[in-house]
Amino acid sequence: MLEVAGIYLIIGVMAVIIFYPLAWAIGLSFSAGTSVYSSSMFPKEPTLEHYRWLFTSPDSNYLTWYRNTLYVSTLNSLLSVVFTSMTAYALSRFDFVGRRSGMYAFLLLQMFPVMMAMVALYIFLNLIGLLNTLIGLVLIYVGGQIPFNAWLVKGYMDTISRELDDAAKIDGAGPIRLFIRILLPLITPILAIVALTNFMLPIFDFILPSIILHDKSKYTLAVGLYQFVNERYAGNFTVFAAGAILIAVPIAAVYLFLQKYLISGLAAGGTKG
Amino acid sequence: MELHIDRATRTTAHKPWLAVMLSVLFAGLGQLYNRSYIKGIVLILLELAFIVTFKDFIGLGLWGIATLGTIPKVDHSIFLLVYGLLSLIMLAIAALIYILNIRDAKIQAERIASGWQRPKLSEAMKQAYMASFPYLLSVPGFIMLIFVVIFPLMFAISLAFTNYDLYHSPPRNLVDWVGFDNFVNLVTVPIWNQSFLNVLSWTLVWTVVSTTLQIALGLFLAVLVNDKRIRFKRLIRTILILPWAIPSFVTIMIFSALFNDQFGAINRNILSALQIAPIPWLTDPLYTKIALISIQVWLGFPFLFALFTGVLQSTSQDIYEAAEVDGATRWQKFRHITLPHVLFATAPLLIIQYTSNFNNFNIIYLFNGGGPAVRGQTAGGTDILISWVYKLTFTTNNYNMAAAISLIIGVIVIAFAFIQFRRTRSFREERDQ
Repeated sequence: MLEVAGIYLIIGVMAVIIFYPLAWAIGLSFSAGTSVYSSSMFPKEPTLEHYRWLFTSPDSNYLTWYRNTLYVSTLNSLLSVVFTSMTAYALSRFDFVGRRSGMYAFLLLQMFPVMMAMVALYIFLNLIGLLNTLIGLVLIYVGGQIPFNAWLVKGYMDTISRELDDAAKIDGAGPIRLFIRILLPLITPILAIVALTNFMLPIFDFILPSIILHDKSKYTLAVGLYQFVNERYAGNFTVFAAGAILIAVPIAAVYLFLQKYLISGLAAGGTKG
Repeated sequence: MELHIDRATRTTAHKPWLAVMLSVLFAGLGQLYNRSYIKGIVLILLELAFIVTFKDFIGLGLWGIATLGTIPKVDHSIFLLVYGLLSLIMLAIAALIYILNIRDAKIQAERIASGWQRPKLSEAMKQAYMASFPYLLSVPGFIMLIFVVIFPLMFAISLAFTNYDLYHSPPRNLVDWVGFDNFVNLVTVPIWNQSFLNVLSWTLVWTVVSTTLQIALGLFLAVLVNDKRIRFKRLIRTILILPWAIPSFVTIMIFSALFNDQFGAINRNILSALQIAPIPWLTDPLYTKIALISIQVWLGFPFLFALFTGVLQSTSQDIYEAAEVDGATRWQKFRHITLPHVLFATAPLLIIQYTSNFNNFNIIYLFNGGGPAVRGQTAGGTDILISWVYKLTFTTNNYNMAAAISLIIGVIVIAFAFIQFRRTRSFREERDQ
């Protein structure tokens, strides 16, 4: 009995450690005034002024950043699925010269951290005139994810029996129809994971957008909020807290809702993969 | 009679070596000899177009990458390097197509020599379509990959062997190849080797300590919550997973304010309530390091908790019952059954945890910018290799050193990743084929 109480106590302590910073930020976001010094975790007169400021003030770029982020995320998610599934289809179902060396190249390439390529990406985007554009950012995300995700989807496609392919071929289906009618419905689960991770990536990523995007009107949320806080550190913090909560809530909701699938997917990929 | 012999010898006299020689001479000639006229003409046109279009560019590029320019203010070394790398990539692709062309001529000629019947045009077109389909599928992705991954990597590797920094920056000055000088400087020149040693050792400590702690805490909590006597499991798990569900850049910035020396709640509310003097969290390297590791454990343990919970739930209970019959203590059961099973099942993901913390730029940069600054050094007191590279690139413009260090990072990460991917299933299958 004492033991069970001990376990609950540990869990309780963990819960406090988890909730404290979050509650502090939430409290600040409802505090009046912009200074952290005068605000507290339990504001005496809670106010929505910071939330209102984010959406209505002409000085606020918050909605633009939100829109930019959604734009980059959606485009990245869509294009990644298209390019990845095409490449994976070729690797999984066709035997062609260069297939194996291509796959080993993928394996090697996806190990390098993006940071290594920063300077070159900067110069390259500058050269083709896509520096400081959202399209340039999407382009880099999409190209960069191909090696890893092509392996992921190819591995999944390999588990689908080729007897289905043969049957479809006997019925006269060409390679495009075979893919769209037979394989695509069967690989939707893995494509959903590719779509989700590539949707989330631009929301979480800080470094690439901070290198590529220079105008305030082009920022994504991560860069925008960081610059916003850095400009006048203590001064902007309550507004920052409000903005941060509006990002964290929808994403946390999605994650908690999908936790079962994410975990089982990860466990399967990690243990058997 | 004459005619008949002629025809018989024509098929047997078709010489594969001649087709190969012709194709080596100029792409498409072998195909013409094989009487694949359409293919031959297309290949000839392709090669002509390639030579005409890219001759000047490749010439300039190869000269550029060899010399990096000769006249300051006229030749832009970095653009020349970029052209050179692009030329090399184009030459490699052209060489690949050329080899395929020779191979095709040889195979076709051998078939003809062994008495093969040429299919009708429509049939041949269909075969060509099927043969080229996988290339059509992978070409768009491959082109993006070349420009976004391969070319930048080649560029980064090249920079590591140049002297491209603030004092050698085009267009005013030229950049030169310097061989391994940057690597030698990194370990011999005092201003570099001290920073390098400090940063490298902190990177290793940071990686090992923070990752191991987050794994240990995740496992500890997973085992506790998995206890049969605990109720409200779903609720508890949701709470413990919460930090994973919140975008980390948001939480890191919140923590950065929370730990702030002046206005942070930790100094102002918690420590003052406990009658402890304020701690310089952001201005003393040691305290910053402690704060960073604690935050990373807060951020990282939920994922591992979730992962371990999944493994524990799918573990069969039989072996535990057998151990109980043998009179095993709880610690023995944990030490000899749970621990090896869980660690073995999740090993690849655990290795990823280590490598991702090794390159965890976000937390270092967003929490305190790698600071506090250290007098006389280019790296801050809590910079890890990757954030140092960022500073060298964008603050002090030591591109050459940044590239050399990132090359070292790349080698370390690849060594780790190689261990991990040797275990993965799709890789094994490929090898066994």
